[in-house]
Amino acid sequence: MPENLTGSIGPEQQFKNYLSEGKFMIQKSKSLNKFFFHPRVAFPGTGERDLEWVEASGNGIVYSTSCNRRLPEKGGDFNISLITLQEGPRMMAKIKGVAPDQVVIGQKVKARISSLKGEPAIIFDIVEG
Amino acid sequence: MGYNDINKLKGKTAVVGLAESGCGIAKGWSAMEIMANSVHDALDDAGIKLSEVDGIFAATAFHSMAAMSLSEYLGVKPKFADGSQIGGSSFLSHILTAAMALDAGLINVAVVAYGSNQKSIGGFKTISEAMPYEAQYEPRMPVTAYALAAKRYMYEFGATREDLANVAVSAREWALLNPRAYTHNDGPLSVNEVLSARPIVDPLGKLDCCLVTDGAAAVVMTRADRAKDTKNTPIYLLGAAMEHHHRMISEMPDLVRTSAIDSGKRAFAMSGYLPKDMNTIQLYDAFTINTLLFLEDLGFCNKGEAINLIKNNNIGPSGNLPVNTNGGGLSCVHPGMYGLFVTIEAIRQLRNSSGDNVGKRLNGGWIPNAKLSVAHGNGGVLSSQVTNIWGVSETI
Repeated sequence: MPENLTGSIGPEQQFKNYLSEGKFMIQKSKSLNKFFFHPRVAFPGTGERDLEWVEASGNGIVYSTSCNRRLPEKGGDFNISLITLQEGPRMMAKIKGVAPDQVVIGQKVKARISSLKGEPAIIFDIVEG
Repeated sequence: MGYNDINKLKGKTAVVGLAESGCGIAKGWSAMEIMANSVHDALDDAGIKLSEVDGIFAATAFHSMAAMSLSEYLGVKPKFADGSQIGGSSFLSHILTAAMALDAGLINVAVVAYGSNQKSIGGFKTISEAMPYEAQYEPRMPVTAYALAAKRYMYEFGATREDLANVAVSAREWALLNPRAYTHNDGPLSVNEVLSARPIVDPLGKLDCCLVTDGAAAVVMTRADRAKDTKNTPIYLLGAAMEHHHRMISEMPDLVRTSAIDSGKRAFAMSGYLPKDMNTIQLYDAFTINTLLFLEDLGFCNKGEAINLIKNNNIGPSGNLPVNTNGGGLSCVHPGMYGLFVTIEAIRQLRNSSGDNVGKRLNGGWIPNAKLSVAHGNGGVLSSQVTNIWGVSETI
């Protein structure tokens, strides 16, 4: 990596830029052929820097879930879950389209890009069946 | 040098004074003021002059450079200071650093301190920044993180909300015996009361969560040779170890296995004792799930078996396993970063059984003949884990 970074952007901004373009991209190390999340400048733990961005399948499984209680006038209850992606890494997200306390660990979910507080955000829907 | 050589720290340093200040409500006092109170009281307890203090260790949610601010307030010019901030377990890691600095001869008398007036000024106080890749979902940290762990624990081991509630019920039983506890006069808790408390983040309700109080605490440490000349019974640091594997809950490798597995293993190895040798067990119970995870991860039972171990109030005053004997963060005190209170209870139990006057408890509140205590600290969102093993002189 050059010392002078003028004119380039880091992986966090790159991730957000992809989201703005409607793409859910995650990083992988070419030599390890392994994915990771969240975005970083090198593979966590072993430091490989031969990274490339790959569009995520969007397929995932609910690893854990919580219903955050909130007064109706402040927006009501909402879901926070941890999703294990088909590619391996895990991430936090909301699951929509189902009551916030009705999400079940082990359910299959599918990512889509939505908007939270005016910013593009990945959320998940339950996959039927 | 390697991990084994660190065993040379065993028994080399001791806590020779301790104090709390402003626990519960300290309206009209600042976090710094009650922290300084606790330092002066701990030095009085030790019989050591302020002018002898040359090591300062502190962290709070009110001071970005707590060790420096506290040194200035006290008028101490430390030869070594450390304000490392790894959440509520910071102080148990400060104790390890202080032991190293004392043993290396960098300092002679260390003070480890903490203070918070969060309750008096409006509620839970944190200086944690928003987590990238999590903040936009607006999790209610730290509760959401612990709820996610609790939910996964229930899924993997068939645990129920009743199993979690049993932790809070036993903690309250201890608090009823401890006049210092915030809930001392609140009467016993029933499992049903815990289950029907206001839901915060399912599966955790209000009574699965720790108290929100004010409070300050300090301990004074010195080398074993100097410790012999102090006013009260020195309690020796036999083992200490820390480890952390994540900062954000979404990065925790396994929600039901904390790095206490690692910190505990190394701390016990340094001490030369096993979990079964511990006469008192003090665990950082910010939430009911913590106690279950740490009993397992520190080796008091196998993974998934804590729900059975704690049944029938077995970790309460009438049980076989004295856990969180002050009432814990759930029922005694929790000013936001609870680590030093875990430490103080571990040491108070040993001092009481050594004949020191460390306060009155109702019958059964003090553990007879206690010689060894484990103090375990947790920080962040089940992130930083630090284990300290304490013993009276004959255990070295």
